Amino acid sequence: MPRKVSGLHVYTMLLIAWLLLPVAIMVMFGFNDVHGKQNFRWEGFTLRWYARLLDKDDLTAAVVNSLTIALASTFVTTVVGTLAGLALGRYRFRGEGVAGLLLFMAICCPEIVMGASLLSMFVTLGLPRGHLTILASHVMFSIAFVAVTVRARVAGLDPAVEEAAQDLGAGPWTRFRLVTLPMIMPGVVAGALLAFVLSIDDFVITDFTGGATVTFPLWIYGSTRTGMPPQVNVMGTLIFAAGALAAALAARRTARAGRLPGSTGGQSGDSSIVPKMTEETSR
Amino acid sequence: MAGRRRIAPYLMILPGGLWLTVFFAAPLVLMVSLSLQTGNLVDGFRQTFHWQNYTEGLGAYGDTFARSLWYGLLATVACMALSYPAAYWIAFRGGHRKSAYLFLLLLPYFVSFVLRTVSWKLVLTDNGPVLGPLRDHGILPQGFHVLDTGFAVVSGLTYNYLPFMVLPIYVALERIDPRLVEAAGDLYASRAQAFGRVILPLSLPGVLAGVVMTFAPVSADYVNAEVLGGPRNTMIGNVIQSEYFDNSDYPVASALSFLLMAFLLLGVFAYARALGTRGVLGAEGR
Amino acid sequence: MARSTISRRRAVQLLGAGFALAACGVDGQGGKEKVSQSDVQEYWSGKAKTGRLSWANWPGYMQDDRETIKAFEKATGIKVTYKEVIQETGPWFGKIQAPLAAGQSIGFDLMVMTNGIQLEKCRQLGYLAPLDPSRLPNFAANAGPGFKNPSYDPGNAFTVPYQAGITGIAYNTKYVKDEITSIAQLFDPRYKGRVGMMGDSQELGSFGMLLLGIDPEKSAPADWEKAAAKLREQRDSGIVRKYYRQDYVDAVSKGDVWLTMAWSGDVYSLTSPDVRFVVPEEGGTLWTDNMCIPKTAESPVDALTLMDWLYVPANNAPLTEFVNYITPVPATRQIIAADAAKATGDDRKDLTRLSTSPLVFPSAADLARLRHYRRLTQAEEIQYQKVFEPIAKGA
Repeated sequence: MPRKVSGLHVYTMLLIAWLLLPVAIMVMFGFNDVHGKQNFRWEGFTLRWYARLLDKDDLTAAVVNSLTIALASTFVTTVVGTLAGLALGRYRFRGEGVAGLLLFMAICCPEIVMGASLLSMFVTLGLPRGHLTILASHVMFSIAFVAVTVRARVAGLDPAVEEAAQDLGAGPWTRFRLVTLPMIMPGVVAGALLAFVLSIDDFVITDFTGGATVTFPLWIYGSTRTGMPPQVNVMGTLIFAAGALAAALAARRTARAGRLPGSTGGQSGDSSIVPKMTEETSR
Repeated sequence: MAGRRRIAPYLMILPGGLWLTVFFAAPLVLMVSLSLQTGNLVDGFRQTFHWQNYTEGLGAYGDTFARSLWYGLLATVACMALSYPAAYWIAFRGGHRKSAYLFLLLLPYFVSFVLRTVSWKLVLTDNGPVLGPLRDHGILPQGFHVLDTGFAVVSGLTYNYLPFMVLPIYVALERIDPRLVEAAGDLYASRAQAFGRVILPLSLPGVLAGVVMTFAPVSADYVNAEVLGGPRNTMIGNVIQSEYFDNSDYPVASALSFLLMAFLLLGVFAYARALGTRGVLGAEGR
Repeated sequence: MARSTISRRRAVQLLGAGFALAACGVDGQGGKEKVSQSDVQEYWSGKAKTGRLSWANWPGYMQDDRETIKAFEKATGIKVTYKEVIQETGPWFGKIQAPLAAGQSIGFDLMVMTNGIQLEKCRQLGYLAPLDPSRLPNFAANAGPGFKNPSYDPGNAFTVPYQAGITGIAYNTKYVKDEITSIAQLFDPRYKGRVGMMGDSQELGSFGMLLLGIDPEKSAPADWEKAAAKLREQRDSGIVRKYYRQDYVDAVSKGDVWLTMAWSGDVYSLTSPDVRFVVPEEGGTLWTDNMCIPKTAESPVDALTLMDWLYVPANNAPLTEFVNYITPVPATRQIIAADAAKATGDDRKDLTRLSTSPLVFPSAADLARLRHYRRLTQAEEIQYQKVFEPIAKGA
């Protein structure tokens, strides 16, 4: 079918252009040859800020904080959330409704309310805030997303495959390792990726629970007061590039894994990982 | 074996359930308790069932509350209006490049939320790349500005929360079997009729899910109002944040947080019930 | 220098402080306020140098290459962990309050807090270590007259100044053709939508009062109401573009706002030649950022060492050359002037500008026009916040 350029096509492209405009500006000002503290007027091209990326010790420390917390949170959340998702997707049990409601509330509850209530608790208990409280809160708000993603995947599995494994004499652990886990893997990977993104990008809850610990988003927010150094743009550009690349690769891999036997094949194989996550979380 | 089967789900859900109980449910209960206390940091807080925290909070910041919900509504509608046509085009006309287009649409969201908002501010600034030239050429009046207005806040909210709307709509549209649309055509439905009678109803669950996922976080946001708003554009999130951090007035801050949560959650529940999107509640499997 | 003006002011302040102390004694709040010799001894006995020091400060308050810290490390062998974690006094207090109340370390041995509501709370709540004057010889010898024994901390019982600054008006000469001299101009409808105010209620309220000719430090609730009414009027007629935190710097240099409340050091260090700073006719506010030691510090001796070390003029000069606020060590002026004489080219120009700048070394006339925040009691604070807080919050 010959395709002519339709109005909607143009519209979609314009929308994408609009969405990308601020990103372009961010990338551009990472190359800006500024001399004062105010980085908003174009003063010429330079690679200086890339070379001096790690000059700002506090910024570097904040990025390291963000990365370590995100990795730790992703690890804990993936394990805990996958177990919960499996339980919810596989079994019928008393209290399932309560668990489902808790997950739903955790997804819909506004971040500021979570942050504020956690702060109230930490203050009441006199708990010092820092890495551990950030980690606890990041795991908290990510669990539901992972659990729901995995549950959706489990619900779509054909139980016959596992039963067959059981008939063939596979014990529960073997069954889990060789049959269940590979089948739910796309859901687990999607959940883990989501958990990582949620953690590394979180501003609101970390603002409340972080105490004197500063993460990358918090540092950026603070630096807007006095003038954001170009290193922030560079750091943002690099994280943006890495994230986009990782998502593209993961999408490819999931697309392949999605064609494994046992999956429902409800979606076209090549659809990107992100809509799958949303579909699963929004169900 | 049977006994084991009965214990298994509980064992599996225990760590996650415990985590959510300790760090989500318990703090909420504590917050409700704190919202009825009186006192200050110096003398400590005591439970006095001081309901006035609610009335005082609402009295002083009722307008701000209403404004938050209004901005939330505007941004949600804007997200919907902007998303639907693009999601539609990608789902039905994207061809084999569907996922590439979708990827492009989501690409900006790999930039940190705060950084994205700051960049958007740079776009809107008076002498920035957009408004500067327009004013210099006399297209805009001298005093015109976008930054620090309600429009800037809503535009920032729309920009930041668009994926929450695009994705569910896209997923719903993408799942529609194109043969249904063809069948409608075979039955002499015009394109508009096919859209109105087939596509729109089938995509509605996606739109509804999108509204649920967008409205709550948008209404509770405070970063956009802080970075992009002016003196009369603050949202309730800004007030809660500053009651906590600047004033350490935990009871009033807790009361406002609780009100916000109650409003949004009840709204979402009622909405989900009324429109029957049980899927949002997670009550049904696939 | 017309010293007498300052000392008269100091005398008045001292008297005021004395009354405040007496008043506190009556209603029994002052237990932690007064520091006796035995308190000091009790705190410092058994405390020893650890060779490490963790320091929380504001962004932009130290050279990018941390030159001053390196010099300190070299001179004393104390290893410093320096973090720019304080962006606002309120949130900072919110962050450290819980651990301090629980008697836990906040992870810092030294922090820099502005005089005002939160510092007052820290003092009242007994969160700060009482300073041992016998270990601050350089402070005693070199601190400027305006920096010893301030009204917000009589006898420097808990704090010594790090830097001080003036809240005045900054304006962008590219857009404002008239000369700006007074706070009243911030209320001029001609600048509708082009005026920036500060969101901090202590700053905002003080400016409202200065406009009405009221000295904020001596103000009463009735004055607050009057000032608030003016400020509301200014906001509701659309004159105020935005209530800023520190981001007014960005806005005034970009031209989003044309004139704004501003802090002296910020404007001084702006590279934009278009932005000018003035101390308004009605007066500005003089505030001080203070070094203090949280009671739960792990290395208080090292922190005290740093405090005193910074009061050696030669050690302080490089910092002042970078920070551009008002230094509490007036003798640095001679050192900077000497540095300027030695330097060449742009450096010479920069240093000469610094050593002669009224923003860094304010004249006695300027100082005489400056006022202080009111030192609010706990009860007053709640009332004060209720009056001013909603203005900036748009309610």
